[in-house]
Amino acid sequence: MSETIAQALEPSPELAERLAGLTGVSACYQCKKCSSGCPLTFAMDFYPDQVIRLALLGQEALVLGCRTIWVCSACETCTTRCPNNIDIAGVMDWLKEEALRQGYASPQPGVTSFHQSFLDAVRLGGGRLSEPLLLGLYQLRNGGTLAKLKSGALVEDLRMAWELARRRRLPLRLPRRLKGVREIKAFFKKSPI
Amino acid sequence: MKVSYYPGCSLEGTAIDYAASIEEVSRLLDLELEELEDWNCCGATAAHSLNHHLSLSLPARNLALAAAAGQDVVVPCALCFNRLKVAEKALKGPDGDQLGVSYQGGIKIWDLLDYLTQNGRLKDLAAKVVQPLTGLKAVGYYGCLVARPPAVTDKKEAENPQNLEQLLKVLGADPLDWSFKTDCCGAGLAVARPDIIDTLVQRLYDRALRAGADCFVVSCQMCQANLDMPQQRIAKKTGQDYYLPVFYFTELIGLALGHPEVKKWLAGHLVDPVPLLEKIGLRV
Repeated sequence: MSETIAQALEPSPELAERLAGLTGVSACYQCKKCSSGCPLTFAMDFYPDQVIRLALLGQEALVLGCRTIWVCSACETCTTRCPNNIDIAGVMDWLKEEALRQGYASPQPGVTSFHQSFLDAVRLGGGRLSEPLLLGLYQLRNGGTLAKLKSGALVEDLRMAWELARRRRLPLRLPRRLKGVREIKAFFKKSPI
Repeated sequence: MKVSYYPGCSLEGTAIDYAASIEEVSRLLDLELEELEDWNCCGATAAHSLNHHLSLSLPARNLALAAAAGQDVVVPCALCFNRLKVAEKALKGPDGDQLGVSYQGGIKIWDLLDYLTQNGRLKDLAAKVVQPLTGLKAVGYYGCLVARPPAVTDKKEAENPQNLEQLLKVLGADPLDWSFKTDCCGAGLAVARPDIIDTLVQRLYDRALRAGADCFVVSCQMCQANLDMPQQRIAKKTGQDYYLPVFYFTELIGLALGHPEVKKWLAGHLVDPVPLLEKIGLRV
């Protein structure tokens, strides 16, 4: 075994303990009800039950670097059905936040930068989301414009934007200044990502 | 009757058609929606994905505003509803005082569909129907987050809710049974991973058609967008000729109650529902 793989597989037993503060992951008996009902498994590298198992085994690098946590759509089916009341969708969120905190490169950079652009848009807009601002920030942050142009995805994005704009569903307006703008800024400051 | 109203950001943008139908239909039902003053974004999927504290403090501020207004608050967006409910539980929990807002409680958070179909309201509604939606074969599509997880939403029926079907019956439509009413449409992955949406949504189209439906009826603007917007793309990609309009339930209330502006709301859709309505002989 090469040194890198050995390092990657070095267990971090404290991971399960830290997760226990959120939800009782150690109660998992691998019934796989979460994975059976998950609509997104086709896009995942680990099934949800495997993420829980790997977390219990302290395989931090595997769970923090996996695609599953980012393609989870947070539909909450797993959390609803878990016979042991494990908040599995909550675990996915916790792992995403932890992965960013530890500086892991997201295996789904588009999804990650969409979320980041969303929060930027709310912050810059003074507390409410402007969808045109979100889409603009996302294009800037995500890049890949040339690749999107080649694949035809850019044309599809523009077609969609046009279809919405001509129905007045992408209104461009200046952000309105909320009275609570300071309070809201303080929320963002308290936990910057 | 008065109630507080938290529209959420998309109802000022991509879902202005939903917003317009809600305002008008409330008037028809003698319901006065009082928009919460100075409300802010709930943080949606982005906040709970990246920033736990923010995902609670943003909706908590709205709850504080709602409690100060002193009456129940109605929420038309499934995601906003869910985040407000999560914040409500957090505020009552052990770390509630760390969210930076002062919340008195004493109010109930409603999702709009529940509010409009609660005890007695359906009967009132039935008495106002002037154009029964006879022949409209529809599947109800609820939106994941109005019901799930029940520990957060306080809903009794998370797997098989029925109130959308009950409403459609009252309006004279023909709601069909299917197993996908609370399945996920892919929600916020629409921009970054449209391919995922296409897979999930195509399955919903096929299952709706198999159930015999001509259209979807939704109570969430994210579901509406994901079922409506990519329909042409999915049809092209799969070589299938899909035509499945996606109505907001409020638009159908307006249609059955004879509101004159229904056509204006429907003009916001990408899949034009008018040919379907004309085919079954409904005036719009």
